[in-house]
Amino acid sequence: MRMESARFKQASVVALHDMNLRTALARSRDGFIGGRQRAIDQVPEFEQLREDAKRIKDHVLENLDHYLMRYEEAVTASGGHVHFARDADEARAIVLDICRQANAKTITKGKSMVSEEIGLNDALTGAGMEVVETDLGEYIIQLAGETPSHIVGPALHKTREQVTELFAAHHRLPPKETVATLVAEARSTLRDKFFRADVGITGANFLIAETGSSLIVTNEGNGDLTQTLSRVHIVTSGVERVLPNLDDVAVFLRLLARSATGQDTETYTTLSTGPRHVGDPDGPEAYHVVLVDNGRSKMLGGEFRDMLRCIRCGACLNHCPVYGSIGGHAYGWVYPGPMGSVLTPLMQGLDGAYDLPNACTLNGRCQSVCPVKIPLPQMLRELRHMQHRARLAPVAQHYALAIWRYVAAHPKLYHFGNACAARVLALLGGRRKRIGTLPFARSWTSVRDLPAPQGRTFMEQWPRREKS
Amino acid sequence: MPTHPRVGFFATCLMNLFRPSLGFASVKLLENAGCIVEVPAAQTCCGQPGYNSGDFDGARALAKQTIVAFERYDYVVGPSGSCMATIRHDYSELLKDEAIWHDRAVALAAKSFELLSFLSDVLHVERIGAQFEGVATYHDSCSGLRSLGIKGQPRALLAGVDGLRLVEMRDTEVCCGFGGTFCVKYPEISERMVDDKLANIKATGADTLLGGDLGCLMNIAGRAARTGQKLRVFHTAEVLAGMADGSGIGGESKNESKH
Repeated sequence: MRMESARFKQASVVALHDMNLRTALARSRDGFIGGRQRAIDQVPEFEQLREDAKRIKDHVLENLDHYLMRYEEAVTASGGHVHFARDADEARAIVLDICRQANAKTITKGKSMVSEEIGLNDALTGAGMEVVETDLGEYIIQLAGETPSHIVGPALHKTREQVTELFAAHHRLPPKETVATLVAEARSTLRDKFFRADVGITGANFLIAETGSSLIVTNEGNGDLTQTLSRVHIVTSGVERVLPNLDDVAVFLRLLARSATGQDTETYTTLSTGPRHVGDPDGPEAYHVVLVDNGRSKMLGGEFRDMLRCIRCGACLNHCPVYGSIGGHAYGWVYPGPMGSVLTPLMQGLDGAYDLPNACTLNGRCQSVCPVKIPLPQMLRELRHMQHRARLAPVAQHYALAIWRYVAAHPKLYHFGNACAARVLALLGGRRKRIGTLPFARSWTSVRDLPAPQGRTFMEQWPRREKS
Repeated sequence: MPTHPRVGFFATCLMNLFRPSLGFASVKLLENAGCIVEVPAAQTCCGQPGYNSGDFDGARALAKQTIVAFERYDYVVGPSGSCMATIRHDYSELLKDEAIWHDRAVALAAKSFELLSFLSDVLHVERIGAQFEGVATYHDSCSGLRSLGIKGQPRALLAGVDGLRLVEMRDTEVCCGFGGTFCVKYPEISERMVDDKLANIKATGADTLLGGDLGCLMNIAGRAARTGQKLRVFHTAEVLAGMADGSGIGGESKNESKH
């Protein structure tokens, strides 16, 4: 996926004026937020589950090499293959190689954010293979030639009306007006692809070290068809998704659906352990897992380790008022919203994603809903610190901060400066007591008036009160 | 707790420059509750703007300055959840690698409070005899809400104000789009967020907006003025101190919106 985070400012303004996007965002936001609240209200121990999940993840990250080794052994023992990819290039090459070996012509895909992260679809289609996304949201954006705007609902930015038009144009069938008929049409179109697929690629919500299994949750069952009907099943996953055993998985399954969509559980929870064994009624002939590092081990050793707890539920996106205003595309890469604003600079570089850590009010709502308690605001602040040290901030901001720092460190100067400013601004405010436009503060006054000061600062007036 | 605790009053930047009357309202509330209030002249900014902009060194210097100015008091109190959250939570983080300073930061944090939560949680003030005619809605500012757990305290205190009816707005816990420098770095996104907030305020039918942080209140009041939405805006402390009879934040006063 092309990296366009450098255009965040322009893209966010365009997004703010997109009425379809606004409708779609409002609808999904209400659904997700209310749904999550209702779901967790049913689980009195939800807070304890969050704490447990955090503890399990921290333990795994502390011992990641151990659990990855155990996982690899277990996969191998069940007849599968594990491939480690250092970066996106290696990951693409490995998957491409497996597909070529399998003489693949048609490839079905379940939803996988890692496959987006490594830019897999372009590599496969570039090699002449037909790639069919089978998650409804992914299928919609594939038809539209777009990228996901949300990590759980990739087509969340589209209204139902837009999907009706899209399907009518691509399927050459009479337009369907309801969600049910649209789903039915996608389903029947995809059915044939499942049967023709040579390779099925899915992501993994969790990898289980003890059993060597990969686990996916879906609501459409498309993941099951993708991985059981093709000859070869390839799992693409980040290295951090491994958990020790099935008991640990149970904790996360209780958190995931409630945090993501407000469901008690997703419709399908599917475990895959190796290829088809003797006596199995179905399953692929070969089973491969491509474990992608792509910057993760670097995060493991630094200040951003907590970010590797992320289970990609999307709750931080759903509750972020900035995401809710501009949607996911403006963020410019695979991962949007709060989690994306941390991951994108770390994976793609601080410079090209300058705006992402900054375009946040640090309101903390993301952290308060995160099922694994990632301190997202503090991480964004830490990224700003790294940008500051690398002098990536606009020059004007750098100087403004330096001046503020100097003045604020000299109380007499600070209070004198404030006293002058209070008088000037109070004069400008006049009888209306507000200022409509002000040089040096245009970014404030471009959208709002500036309430004018009352005339004398508190610190000026206080000593007089004390004397009287 | 001493009967008359000595309180170092933290004069937040925005209050000091834009709304000193809020400072005097705060002091009045503290004194009425039995505190001896002092205002150290050596104080300036808590350091949050630098901290949130990534200038950790600058923030550290201001943190130390604030610690020195205030550590002699029984309590440090200021009329802002945002500034007080910086003192309570961020100083110890900023100074974690400097042993002595870290300890001093932790000690200061333990006795630093946002004004309304101090009145409610520490001084156990239950009822303040104040009067305010109107229907108000309350915006929960993010730092106060999520970093300091301020939610029930201002509402409980406001419940004792004669003539005031409090109605809750939808999404009262959602950010208003201020976010410190965010609102000037990304004015268009901020505009959408504050418009959403104003729509929620309007839907309640309230004529007054109350809150606990001047930044948010100036943002909302400024946008209301720009878009012509009639709304008087006060800091909660001004209403509780009986000092909300003059001009509201942004100029809209009690009398103006009456007719």
